[in-house]
Amino acid sequence: MNNTIKFKIDAKEIVAEKGKTVLEAARDNGVYIPTLCNFPGVPPKGGCRMCTIKINNRFMTSCTTPAAAGMEIESNTSEISNLRKGIVELLFVSGNHFCPSCEKSGNCELQALAYKYQMMVPKYPYSFPQKDIDASSPKLIKDQNRCVLCQRCMKTIKTDKGERYFSFSKRGSELEVIMDPTLCESMTDEVAQLAMDNCPVGSILKKDIGFVEPIGTRKYDKEPIGTDIDG
Amino acid sequence: MKEKILEIIGNYNKDKTRLLDMLHDIQNVIGYVDDESILILNQELKISISEIKEVISFYHFYSNEPMGKVNIYLNNSVTSEMHGRGAVLDAFEKECNVTEGSVSADGLFGLFPTSCIGMNDQEPAAIINGKIFTRLTPYRVHEIVKSLGNGIKIEDLIYEGDGGGRNSLPEIHSMVCNNIRRRGALLTHDYKFFDTTNNLLSEKSPQEVIQIVEDSNIRGRGGAGFPTGIKWKFGRKAEGEHKVIICNADEGEPGTFKDRVILTEFPEMVFEGMVIAAYSVGADIGLLYLRYEYKYLLNYLNGILDKMRDKHLLGNNIDGIEAFNFDIRIQLGAGAYICGEESALIESLEGKRGEPRDKPPFPVEKGYLNYPTIVNNVETLASIPKILTKGADWFVGLGDKASTGTKILSISGDCNYPGIYEVEWGTSIKDVLDMCGAFNIQAVQVGGPSGALIGSKDFGRNLSYTDLPTGGSIIIFGEQRNLLSDVVMNFMEFFIEESCGSCSTCRNMPAVLKKRFTKILDGKGVQSDIDDLINWSELLKVSRCGLGQTAANPITTSINNFRHLYDRLIQPGIEFDTGFCLEDSVKDSCSAVGRQPTLHHM
Ligand SMILES: Cc1cc2nc3c(=O)[nH]c(=O)nc-3n(C[C@H](O)[C@H](O)[C@H](O)COP(=O)(O)O)c2cc1C
Repeated sequence: MNNTIKFKIDAKEIVAEKGKTVLEAARDNGVYIPTLCNFPGVPPKGGCRMCTIKINNRFMTSCTTPAAAGMEIESNTSEISNLRKGIVELLFVSGNHFCPSCEKSGNCELQALAYKYQMMVPKYPYSFPQKDIDASSPKLIKDQNRCVLCQRCMKTIKTDKGERYFSFSKRGSELEVIMDPTLCESMTDEVAQLAMDNCPVGSILKKDIGFVEPIGTRKYDKEPIGTDIDG
Repeated sequence: MKEKILEIIGNYNKDKTRLLDMLHDIQNVIGYVDDESILILNQELKISISEIKEVISFYHFYSNEPMGKVNIYLNNSVTSEMHGRGAVLDAFEKECNVTEGSVSADGLFGLFPTSCIGMNDQEPAAIINGKIFTRLTPYRVHEIVKSLGNGIKIEDLIYEGDGGGRNSLPEIHSMVCNNIRRRGALLTHDYKFFDTTNNLLSEKSPQEVIQIVEDSNIRGRGGAGFPTGIKWKFGRKAEGEHKVIICNADEGEPGTFKDRVILTEFPEMVFEGMVIAAYSVGADIGLLYLRYEYKYLLNYLNGILDKMRDKHLLGNNIDGIEAFNFDIRIQLGAGAYICGEESALIESLEGKRGEPRDKPPFPVEKGYLNYPTIVNNVETLASIPKILTKGADWFVGLGDKASTGTKILSISGDCNYPGIYEVEWGTSIKDVLDMCGAFNIQAVQVGGPSGALIGSKDFGRNLSYTDLPTGGSIIIFGEQRNLLSDVVMNFMEFFIEESCGSCSTCRNMPAVLKKRFTKILDGKGVQSDIDDLINWSELLKVSRCGLGQTAANPITTSINNFRHLYDRLIQPGIEFDTGFCLEDSVKDSCSAVGRQPTLHHM
């Protein structure tokens, strides 16, 4: 009968439906927890670690942790904000992210998170890795310089039979998301558009269109990331 | 060839979860996994080409490119380096005409580095076409390569003789030595194999068995130390159409090799432990995940399972107990340290990349194919039969209060008698060093790279779950060793090589730390670089699994315990140094154009 539970995030009481994750419950209650790899409708895979919270003095990812009654969760503390900022900085130095020349500038979640956490210059040294750009697909460009390995394309862009257009290759610091040569050859415009839209950064670009929407008028140019939730 | 590949796929009933086996078999036939086979897999299994390549490229021992006719995987663990790996590598490169990491131009030899292969007490060691060669020297390399060139088969090259114990059985025929130097409760031959299953199980209820295991207070021997009785209790309570017992024989922590010795000398006890676990939790599926490096034990272990089936110790109505049906399959891994982490291991068992899962849910609720699953270490399971026969009190009488029983240590490095030592929990590091003949010791790595590097001020501390916990890896470093450039660097490279990469911190931070650490080693360091290393390491704590969470330990524990080594390398009185060197940076272009520039320093 009673289908709701109550718990706390940073002293704010959260009322949530049973079965929701901490992240979902927080969003429903107007509490913004930053995410990058999370994508509504597909199973979470705590990959980016941005939504890290602390429960009982343990770090957990809110996208994968089921909400439970009575939990006392730390989220917006200085400790956790510093860690989240650290993750953003780490992603910046581990790839080649040059916002001013990026097609996705203003619509990029990584860039928006960097603004949110007031990153000026990352505290870690840049690694300037050598990365490739794969333009072999007739519809898409896959720019590895900008990929943050979030797996959103891998999880959301599939054929009717469930085969993935995008997959991992290798492991560790050499990990890449690559396009399936056969499937991406025959990809439709709709699928290509969806792949670009679902990418949080500028790593998947649809060919033949450039700057449709002028920089300065794009999503995060207007308001900081998360405003739709806690603003 | 197409028929052959189709036959292989058919042998596994086109079951995607057996992809690892199919890839092993294809590689056995063709030498590598070629694009044509991938296409056939794609059509037969209905998974995309890149999804198949995703699995191949994850594991160290698969290749999508042609390999050599003879493939040499030379261990690059720190003890291998300490015992002359450099000279052995040079010899291989020269004799085979190949550079490390590639295949020779004539296609005869492939030479590759590989993470610890579980032979730390007999280094340098290599896997050559699946066979283990230990204690290599340049002379020996010359002999091996020459003999191979003369057409002698790899099996016939083990002319040192077999390694003693069961290593000399025809099913194993290996030169690997057990080096058992100290036997305690587990390794003594005072137990008649299968006694518990034959005589005790039918008299006790599953709950009673779990109670004995709980009373013995035994905790997991794989590193995490979770109480085994409690894990089994959860497993008993969990509901599922099937339940699964997994034995974790991935033994990847550099410096551990005790599971290899247990599997060689006491596999009956390991399998019996699995049978008892199955009886206790009500499991019907049994899996042992054997690391690829121990493939030489595969036929032998399968032979023992066959014998158990003959004796009704596996199969239906085991030991006459109605509806107690359980069997064990051995799954061969393919080279990935992360697959020792229990949820990554389960992913790998399902034929996928070995990426850890998010917890909760824990394997005991949702594990292999989402069935409730118990994962236990080889040593944990091997301890169970004796605990049941001799009683929980006997076990509690060994060790100390929080840590009952004995621990099998894998000792290697600078000591006279590297090998296997079974000690009671509570034994001090000093006693361990005395046992194995270690003198003038600078440092001891307790628990492998993910553990701690400790110095003499801590040698009085004890091995226990509450003081110095360990999965059993003890690596000893004498005064002559350079702890930072040889040891810490080797361990950092290990973590970078073995990270699965799926979580952002573990994928990226170890490389950032290594870079800053290298700056210090290069003499370009300043005081704040040490602080950076300490502070930046914190970010790894939010990683998904134990690998990332411990990947900074070589740096942080060496800073804690050997701060003077760092301080010595720091430039005195200088607060800032970018570490950038203009001369070095333009070296390549200078040699290309053949001119020396006039450099203007700021
Ligand atoms: C990176 C990593 C590697 C691991 N490797 C092993 C291993 O090789 N063998 C093992 O038994 N446990 C290993 N573990 C621990 C397992 O996750 C798990 O705790 C253990 O198998 C449970 O068995 P136990 O309770 O009997 O120790 C590893 C853990 C991590 C995080």
